[in-house]
Amino acid sequence: MSNHESTFEAKSATAKWWDERLPLPRLMHDQFIDFPTPRNLNYWWTFGGILTFCLVAQIVTGIVLAMHYQPSAAEAFNSVDHIRRDVNYGWLIQSMHAVGASMFFIAVYIHIFRGLYYGSYRAPREILWILGVFIFLAMMATAFMGYALPWGQMSFWGVTVITNLFSSLDQVIPGLGTAIVEWLWGGYAVTGTTLNRFFSLHYLLPFVIFGLVILHIWALHVAGQNNPTGIEIKTKSDSVPMYPYAVAKDAVGMFAFLIIFVWFVLFLPDYLGHADNFIEADPLVTPPHIVPEWYFLPFYAILRAIPDKLGGVIAMFASIAILAFIPWLDRSPVRSTKYRPIYKWFFWLFVISCLALGYLGSKPAEGVYVFWARVFTLYYFAHFLIVMPVLSSIETPNKTPGSITEAVLGKDDASSGSGGTPAGAAAAPENR
Amino acid sequence: MSKNFKAPLRQAVVALAALGLASSAAVAAGGGHGETHHPERQNWSYGGIAGQYDKNQLRRGFQVFKEVCASCHGLKRVKFRNLVQPGGPEFDEEAVKALAADWPNQIVDGPNDEGEMFERPPLLPDPILGPFKNDKEARAAQNGALPPDLSLITRARGLHTDAPWYIHIPLMLSDVATGYSEGGSDYMYALMIGYTDPPEGFELSEGMNYNKYFAGNQIAMIQPIPEEGAVEYQENAGAKTSMKQNAADVTAFLAWAADPTLNERKQLGWTAMLYLLITTLLLWLAKKRIWARVKH
Repeated sequence: MSNHESTFEAKSATAKWWDERLPLPRLMHDQFIDFPTPRNLNYWWTFGGILTFCLVAQIVTGIVLAMHYQPSAAEAFNSVDHIRRDVNYGWLIQSMHAVGASMFFIAVYIHIFRGLYYGSYRAPREILWILGVFIFLAMMATAFMGYALPWGQMSFWGVTVITNLFSSLDQVIPGLGTAIVEWLWGGYAVTGTTLNRFFSLHYLLPFVIFGLVILHIWALHVAGQNNPTGIEIKTKSDSVPMYPYAVAKDAVGMFAFLIIFVWFVLFLPDYLGHADNFIEADPLVTPPHIVPEWYFLPFYAILRAIPDKLGGVIAMFASIAILAFIPWLDRSPVRSTKYRPIYKWFFWLFVISCLALGYLGSKPAEGVYVFWARVFTLYYFAHFLIVMPVLSSIETPNKTPGSITEAVLGKDDASSGSGGTPAGAAAAPENR
Repeated sequence: MSKNFKAPLRQAVVALAALGLASSAAVAAGGGHGETHHPERQNWSYGGIAGQYDKNQLRRGFQVFKEVCASCHGLKRVKFRNLVQPGGPEFDEEAVKALAADWPNQIVDGPNDEGEMFERPPLLPDPILGPFKNDKEARAAQNGALPPDLSLITRARGLHTDAPWYIHIPLMLSDVATGYSEGGSDYMYALMIGYTDPPEGFELSEGMNYNKYFAGNQIAMIQPIPEEGAVEYQENAGAKTSMKQNAADVTAFLAWAADPTLNERKQLGWTAMLYLLITTLLLWLAKKRIWARVKH
């Protein structure tokens, strides 16, 4: 809905001067103040704003940490300890950055599941969704390289295990995998050289994410936001201006999220990490259990569920890549799961599968854990490849309301146009 | 060991933890083999969201560290000046200067004007070093075993549970709600009081000791604190010496060494929570008022 008519008025001579040369104030006004947002958005829609906050918070705290951090095998661990002990409020910044990574992932998982539930990936939002998949991938790469930087035992061995996955390509073309791994490492083993390049990329990628986020928001403002009904905005009464309505709601969601964020930062700074990472990296001592950070666990479970190394690697990457194709796998006549009586059950089964894979990823790959990891991995893929296309062609959806307004007000109120049509409020919210 | 009152929630957590641990301990093998016990959770003054270090306990703990641990272990990430800072043992500055001057392990400094490296007693900004110049020397002196530096030890250890998921997950949630992050302390304390005779038929390697909490049960470190306690506490130290008291005190000291800003961090936590709760409430009221203009 970015083609809604601009209501920006340059009020001063300076504003006019700018507007004729670089209409940034007009852009901000049209896209972030007067932008029409569906009037029925629930709190799950506040996570887009929360994620923007998370990204900015990570960049700001990260830049400060980089001022004190030393990316060398000899000094990395010491410098992080130095940040926590001797840099003014370094303990706070370091905790915000480490916990912030986890919070970023909590928010992005909620955001993704929200999109899945309400069909936000459906036309005309395919590009918006695929950009999201790329952002998610870039986030994973950034988080993985960031976790290497403290150069603790889990950093070192996590890097060793995960980079080694590429050696499975030797099964395809002998020597290819090994060549890639040595190229990634910058040598024949994980060393300070590897650490240094990871630091460089860890500093670069957040800005790539930032660029992708701008495209993501652009695409969002072209297609307009989806909403719980999955029905597009049709008339003016279906929407309210972003400011003050959506902004006020986003602010509540953001601060509620901050309560959890700060709870971990100040009361449980180590809870989401591993104790082993407080031991300096030692190439000669392998920790008994090498486990990735919690946000990678479902994918780690998929990796280990497949008995073949190359197969596991392919399955792991496929589990993310498949997300890019769901706009075309889901062919249901309605977008929102709200109106899909059968799919609803499968959606929650999918959520449970992801949580179960997360749990299983934290357990040793043996016995009954492997069995269940295989069951849930199977469902993970079946959900997209079988349930989505098949169910969307055989399921009869419930009747959807005629419009967003009708969904909110009921049919009578909506058709008579009386009682609470927000047109007036939308036209001049600041005068109320 | 602690003057903290036991909140009912905390007790419930401990009970739940015990349940989880018991069910996993039942799986462990018996007869002839060692059995790695799960440490029990202790009640630490600095535990949970409201906990703070007990200054007197940290002082006693330092005494134990100095008289017992420091004969093998270093504390290289902690500097003598830290012993003076607020939120720690808060010793008198002059006393710490004297302590540093008497510290048996010297600082290598230099080169001097003749180009020679030399040794000197530590000053306030210098690290608290152990007796060994490097790991090789430590291993040579310790029968091949390496006494680790203790600066981060309580954060580098933790408890884990083998409990099934229906116990594990509620336990996790209650740990988050109560701010439980003393797993490392619980482990260290258990380790120090966990020396027993090996069970019948257990083959202990030469120079090793049996400890029921150590993974694999064979630990190179000898029992550091005897049953009657290892140090003499002063009259006004706030506690009487015993193995358990010494172990708890030195654990608290090591927890502070690993996390010296805990007091400040948790105080800030309460301030931040208060601010965030009030702001969230106000924003919610503002949102309600704004949205009252439209039906939604």
